[in-house]
Amino acid sequence: MTGKITICLKVNGRTYERLAEPRILLSDFLRHEINRTGTHVGCEHGVCGACTVLIDGESVRSCLTLAVQAEDTEVTTVEGLGEVDDLNLLQRKFREHHALQCGFCTPGMLMTATDILSRRQRLTEAELRDALSGNICRCTGYEHIVRAVAEALEETLGGQA
Amino acid sequence: MTSDLRPKLIGARVQRVEDPRLLTGNGEYVDDIKLPDTLHVAILRSDHAHAVIGEIDKADAEAMPGVIGIFTGADVNGLIKAPTAFSRMPKYQATPLTPLADGRVRYVGEPVCAVVAESRYLAEDAAALIMVDYDPLPVISRAEDAASDGFAPMHEGHESNILVQREFRKGDAAEAMAGAAARVSSRFRMYRRTPVPMENRSYLADYDRGRRKLTLWSSTQVPGVIRDALAEAFDVPGSRVRVVAPDVGGGFGSKTSLYPEELLVSILARKLGQPVKWTSDRLEDLTATSQAFDETVTAELGVDADGRLLALTAEILGDVGAQSIYPWTAALEPMQVAGFLPGPYVLENYAASVKAVATNKPPGGPYRGVGRPAACFVIERLMDMAAKELGMDPAEIRRRNFVQPDQFPYRIGSGIVWDRSGFTEGLEGAIEAIGYEALKAERETARAEGRWFGIGFASYAELTGLGSRMSAAPGMPINTGTETATIAVDATGAITATLGIADHGQGLGTTMRQIIADELGVGVDDITVVQGDTDAITHSTGTYASRSTVLAGGASHLAARALREKIATAAAFMLDVTPGEIDINDGLVEAVGTNKRLTLAEVGNAVYSEMGRFPPEMRQDLDLTATRFYDPQFGTTSSATHIAAVEIDPETLMVEVKRIAIAEDCGRVINPLIVDGQVHGGVAQGIGVALYEEVIHDENGQCLSASLVDYVVPSAPEVPPMDVVHIEAVAEGTEGGYRGMGEGGTIGAPAAIANAIADALAHLGIEITEVPVTPERLYRLLKNAEASRA
Repeated sequence: MTGKITICLKVNGRTYERLAEPRILLSDFLRHEINRTGTHVGCEHGVCGACTVLIDGESVRSCLTLAVQAEDTEVTTVEGLGEVDDLNLLQRKFREHHALQCGFCTPGMLMTATDILSRRQRLTEAELRDALSGNICRCTGYEHIVRAVAEALEETLGGQA
Repeated sequence: MTSDLRPKLIGARVQRVEDPRLLTGNGEYVDDIKLPDTLHVAILRSDHAHAVIGEIDKADAEAMPGVIGIFTGADVNGLIKAPTAFSRMPKYQATPLTPLADGRVRYVGEPVCAVVAESRYLAEDAAALIMVDYDPLPVISRAEDAASDGFAPMHEGHESNILVQREFRKGDAAEAMAGAAARVSSRFRMYRRTPVPMENRSYLADYDRGRRKLTLWSSTQVPGVIRDALAEAFDVPGSRVRVVAPDVGGGFGSKTSLYPEELLVSILARKLGQPVKWTSDRLEDLTATSQAFDETVTAELGVDADGRLLALTAEILGDVGAQSIYPWTAALEPMQVAGFLPGPYVLENYAASVKAVATNKPPGGPYRGVGRPAACFVIERLMDMAAKELGMDPAEIRRRNFVQPDQFPYRIGSGIVWDRSGFTEGLEGAIEAIGYEALKAERETARAEGRWFGIGFASYAELTGLGSRMSAAPGMPINTGTETATIAVDATGAITATLGIADHGQGLGTTMRQIIADELGVGVDDITVVQGDTDAITHSTGTYASRSTVLAGGASHLAARALREKIATAAAFMLDVTPGEIDINDGLVEAVGTNKRLTLAEVGNAVYSEMGRFPPEMRQDLDLTATRFYDPQFGTTSSATHIAAVEIDPETLMVEVKRIAIAEDCGRVINPLIVDGQVHGGVAQGIGVALYEEVIHDENGQCLSASLVDYVVPSAPEVPPMDVVHIEAVAEGTEGGYRGMGEGGTIGAPAAIANAIADALAHLGIEITEVPVTPERLYRLLKNAEASRA
C-alpha cells in the first residue's frame, strides 16, 4: 500500500479535492471518490472505450489515465452534457434514433461523439465509423449510433461547406 | 367502446422512456450502488486447468493493512447447500456449484480464494501475495478426448465425462439416405464464444441481521431464479432473500446463470455483517463468465433430384466445459443443436445423436441463440452444398423445402412443432430487400474483375415465448413458461405495473408501457413499470430466451384489461351510468355520449380515500388492482431469412461483409425502433461469430484470448448497413399476436456469411465448415486446396 496524497481535479466545471492513493485511476476517482458513476468501466485495458471522458476537450480513456495526470485540466464526463429534462443535441439524436440499448457503453460513446462534433469536420459514413471504432457497443450493431452521430454532426455544421 | 378510434401506441416508434436517465449518466448499475461500510472482494483464480489444490499460504496476504479476511473453499462452501442443476434426461450426470473450488480446480479461472478488504485495490494487492500449491492432473482440452474413455471422470461419482447424451429419430434416415439423388456431408465446427456484455458481472450483498434478510443486487437477467436458488442454498424462506437487478449492462445469456460469485458475496455479507461487493474485470469475464457454441457436428443431408430433402443425419459433440451450469444444465446447448437442426423445412427422416462432454474449460451456458446458431450454420451450409450439387439456386432449394402454410402446425424430426410463421415470406422479403437479381449481376461483374465476391442465404425458425409445456432448456425441471403482471391505480391516479421480467437493454419498460397504455386508454408517461425486483412480485424468473414480450406482454394485456373493468365499475357508479357506457381516453374516464368525465386521480381518490363513497357491498372488489398470470403453453415460432454479400481481400484474406438483409417474422411489432435495434445488435454479434470471435484454449487449458485485443468483437467499421424487413405474420396462439425476437439476428447471420464466403471461394473448390472464418483459417484452406490440386 502506498500513502495517500491530495488529488485536486476540475470535473464538469467544479473542483474536487480528495485524499487518495497516487495510483488511483481517473475512472476510479470519478466513480468512487466523487461518485460520478456515469463514466463506466468496461475492460480496464483501453479497448472498449466505455470509460471515455474529455480532458481539455480531447477524448481519453479514463481507465488508462491516472487521476493525478488530470490535475490542472478540465475533465468533462457524461454528467457534464445535458440534463434529464434538457438533453443536448447529441443525446436527443441518440434517443430519436434508438442509439442505445443497455446504456453501458453510451456515456463513452457520447464523449467520443462530442469530440467528433467539436472538430467540426464533415465525415463520410466510413470515416465516421472509423472515428467511432474505439468504442465497443455490444447491443446496437452501431447502425443507429452512426445515424444519430451523423445527424448531430450535420446539424452542428449546418450550412457550413 | 370507442377505443378503435384511439391512436394506437402498439406499432408506433415510441422513444424509449429509459433513455433520458441512461443518456445523462443517471443509470444505476450494480457497481454504481454505494452502501456505507462496503467491503470489497478480489478473487484469486486457478491458473491450472485441472489440479488438486494443496497447501494455501495466506499469511503474508492476511498481514496486509486493510485486509479483513481471506477465505477458501474450506471456509465457505459448507455454509450452504451447493446448488445443483438437475435434469429429467436419462443418462444425465449433475455437478454441484460451490462458491470456491472444493479441493480440486477444473478450469483456469475457477475461483480459489476470496480476499475481503476495505478497497478493491487493497484486495488485489493481497491476492497477489497468496501462494497456492497445485498438484496437476491430466488436462482434458478436446471434446473428443472427453467423449473417449481415455480420461478418468473429472467429477466425483461420475461414470464418464459425458454429462448427458440422447438420440433423436424420425422416419428411417438410413434407408432414405440410400435413395438420395445427391448426398452432401461434412464435419462442421463452431468454435467457443463468450457473450461479452459491456457491463462485467457485478454483485453487492447486504445482510440485515435484525430482519435476518439478505439482499443481493446482481447484474443478472434472472433475479427470480437467483432468489429461489439462494433461498434453497441457505435453507431460508424466499421472503428472507431479495434479489434486485437494477440497470444491467447487457447480458445476451451470460447473466442467466447462477454464478459462484453470487453465492460468495451472499455468504460473506451474512458472515461479516457488512455489505460485500465484487465486480468482475474483463480478464475475469473472458475466463470465468459462461462460454458457448462449442460444437462439432458431423452431418449428412440427402436430397432427391428436385432438391427436396429426404434425410438428415448428425452426430453432435458439445463441449460444455467443466460444469453443468445452473439452472440450465449441460443439455442446454448441444440438445438444442439437435432440436433445431432440421430447420424450417419439410423433412421426414432424421437421425441425430448428441453428447455433451465435460472438459477443463470454463462452464458453457446460454448465449444469444443457444444451439440454433450452430444448427443453422450446419443445415444452411448443407442446403447450399446440396444446391451446388444439383446446380440449383440457393433461394430455390429453400423455397422448395419450406413448410407450407397448409402444413402448419408441423412437427420436425426432433419433435419441435412449428406454428404458422412466414417462412416463404421471409425468403422473398429478404430477396426483395437486398435486390437479389442486381446483386447477382454485381457478383458477375466483380468476378469478371477477378474479385472474390459471394452471396449467402440463411433461413431459420426458432421457438420463442415458451410456455409451461416446453422447458427453456431440454430436461430442466424449472418452469419458465409463465409470467405475472400486477397493474394498479393508486389514490393519486398513478398507474404502476409490476412485472417479473428483468430488462437489461431491451427497452421492455417502454414496450410494456405501450401495451398497457393502449389497453387502459392512457399515455406511456402515465405508467411506471417496476421490474427486476423479487420483493415486488411473488414469482418471476427473468428475461432470456426471447420470452419477455410474449409472456410479460401477454400478462400485461390481461391484467390491464381486468384493471380497466374495475376502473369502469367504480367510475360508472360515480357517474351514475353502467360500466358498459364508460370509456377511457387520454387518461380521462368518461361516460360515452355525455360530458360527464373523471380523471384517474378522481377515481383513485374516491376509491381509496373518500369514506363512505361506495356502498359496502361494492367495496370488497373495488381495489383498483389486477394481477394476471399468462402461460402461452407451447410458445410460438419466429423465423427469418438473412442474405449476406461479402468480398474477400485475396492479399490479406480479410472478409468484408458488404451488405446484409434480414426479413424476419416476429409477429405483431410493438415498437419498430426497438425491433430494428434488436435485429441490428443480433446480426452484429452474428458477424462476430462468423468472422472474429473465438475463445482459444491451448492443450493445457490455458486461455489464449483473455483480452479484448485477442477476443475480437466487432466495432463500427466491421458492421455493414443492414436492411431489415418486418413480415409481421401475427401469431395466432399468443395474447397480442407477438413472437419473440431477441436472439434471431445471431442465429441467421453466421450461416449467411459462411455461405457467402463459400460462394466467393467456389472457384477454388473450398467449402467453409468452420467458423469463425479468420484470415489464418482461410489461409490454411487455400494452402490445402492448392496442395490437393498439385
